Amino acid sequence: MFNLNLSLKQQQRLIVFAFLAIPLGLLFTFSYYPASQLFYMSVTDWDGYAPAKNLVGLDNYQYLVEDPDILGPMLNTFYYFVGAVVQLVLSLWFAVLVNSKLAGRNLFKTLLFIPFVLNAVAASMVFQIFYQVDGAFDNFLSSVGLEALIMPWLMDSDVVNWSLVAASVWRYLGFNLILFFGVLQSIPQDQYEAARIEGAGEWAQFRYITLPSIKMIIGLQVLLAFVGSLSVFEIPMIITKGANGTKTFVMATLETAFSFNDFGLASAMAVLLLLIVVFFMILQKVLFGDKG
Amino acid sequence: MNTQNILPDNDAGTVALEPIITKARTEKEMRKARFINKLKQPKWLFWALFKYLTLVLASVAVLVPPFAVLLASFKTSKEYYSTSKVALPESFFNFDNYIKVFADGDLGLAFTNTGTILLISLFFTVLFGTQVAYVLSRFEFKGKKLVLLAYVIAMVVPAVTTQVATFEVIKALGLINNKGSVIMLYIGADVVMIYIFLQFMKGVPLELDEAAKIEGASYFLIYRKIMLPLLKPAIATVIILRTIFIYNDFYFPLLYLPEKSQVTVSTALYKFTSVFGTEWTTISAGIIIILIPSIVLFLVLQKQIYAGVTNGAVKG
Repeated sequence: MFNLNLSLKQQQRLIVFAFLAIPLGLLFTFSYYPASQLFYMSVTDWDGYAPAKNLVGLDNYQYLVEDPDILGPMLNTFYYFVGAVVQLVLSLWFAVLVNSKLAGRNLFKTLLFIPFVLNAVAASMVFQIFYQVDGAFDNFLSSVGLEALIMPWLMDSDVVNWSLVAASVWRYLGFNLILFFGVLQSIPQDQYEAARIEGAGEWAQFRYITLPSIKMIIGLQVLLAFVGSLSVFEIPMIITKGANGTKTFVMATLETAFSFNDFGLASAMAVLLLLIVVFFMILQKVLFGDKG
Repeated sequence: MNTQNILPDNDAGTVALEPIITKARTEKEMRKARFINKLKQPKWLFWALFKYLTLVLASVAVLVPPFAVLLASFKTSKEYYSTSKVALPESFFNFDNYIKVFADGDLGLAFTNTGTILLISLFFTVLFGTQVAYVLSRFEFKGKKLVLLAYVIAMVVPAVTTQVATFEVIKALGLINNKGSVIMLYIGADVVMIYIFLQFMKGVPLELDEAAKIEGASYFLIYRKIMLPLLKPAIATVIILRTIFIYNDFYFPLLYLPEKSQVTVSTALYKFTSVFGTEWTTISAGIIIILIPSIVLFLVLQKQIYAGVTNGAVKG
């Protein structure tokens, strides 16, 4: 229908425009415009309703730094980051195992990965039920003779964040495992063969063949882990609704905007998070020389 | 005549087969001997057992929580509170909880809504994604670098942080409590998918385009008749990844579809604790109903999902 009397040049101009207009429009409306609005709103006192947005300079940022109620949730990032590091080490261990000639490796890989594809709310509610007082976890511990370990998993503010972190590790370990597994698969087997002939043990093979090959993917995964820890939202939102000191920074940001109607302050919080994330992304590119 | 022809062949066949069988046998025996030899080394045995122990412990950790929920979904409320939470139910045929949760939990509506959102989003994601990738990989034009840069930068901005401002946009468009809101967000903010298409398009030889052009095909026809069919594997990957993401997403529907008539699978389940209070057996049935489609999809499409997840993360 286009080729009737259009030259190729005209045709090209037409198709470039037709195929890019809507997608670029959507990209700007839902990515760039909000991001720029975020910066603008962060220097206003907008409440989400008022027709006018009054400029207040850096008041929101000052408030952000001074109010411990706002920055406190940021500290919960720490729990999730520790969890994410443990998760990375475990997933690397399991990736190496399922990449070896172990019998049943596919079954184990499937089992460990499945939580990652599950619905976030359903997976979180599984743990809400699992962690109940006298719930399945407590009963399970009793049944294997470990009743001494029973704790109020979600009630005790010293424990609850670690309980939530465990749920997070449960859900995301398979993701790290698959990323590691993909790279491990791409290492040529003859390298290991040659190393074995030279008499290298399993640890030496890991240290001198596997580790150098996965350096970049480790860098990427540490970054993903860090960004992920900063933006934790679903698990505490669903399991504890932020009670007992489990509120995270993203929860606090949304609460400031949608419950307290302080869009100015909430925007400042979002900008802070955005800047931290971008900073670490650049750092990762520099450190690990990712050309992607 | 026939038999004469077959017999020598057959003889030759058995002669040829014999060495292979013996070879296979010896290899198997050798492997067995090597294995038995290794078993005698305490260090190797210890490590082998340790590896399996960690795998088994991890599998137990993965399975026990959802298994406990599965057990609870078949129990009566009284049974749930009076027996161990990890004990088997009296009957695996007690579907009362499932019937109740489907009737009172808005699950029918939730599946319809999620299904609608999913189908429309997938259609436009594939349409726009392939079109953008086609134009960016096949034409040189003013501003092309800028468009590519726009997509690269957009990947860096985490959607979770910008929603405070996005909310205002959605509100201004009058799309709160309208499925259009989340559909547009799923389509518009979806940058990784474009990368998957672009990557794949690079592997399609330019000669195909040239040949079609000589035949007099328009660019649109080349896209429609040559690119789209060739992109099928990439389209499959994108559909799988997006289906998992959209079916599991909680954040967007929570913010933009708060009304009861607009519940999605995630938000319907989220409301369970206020609808059913502490009826954990009913809630458990709801959780299982929502988990089943994901598990089935995963088991059927395992290989594609692994490949897609790896591609998506590494490109992103």
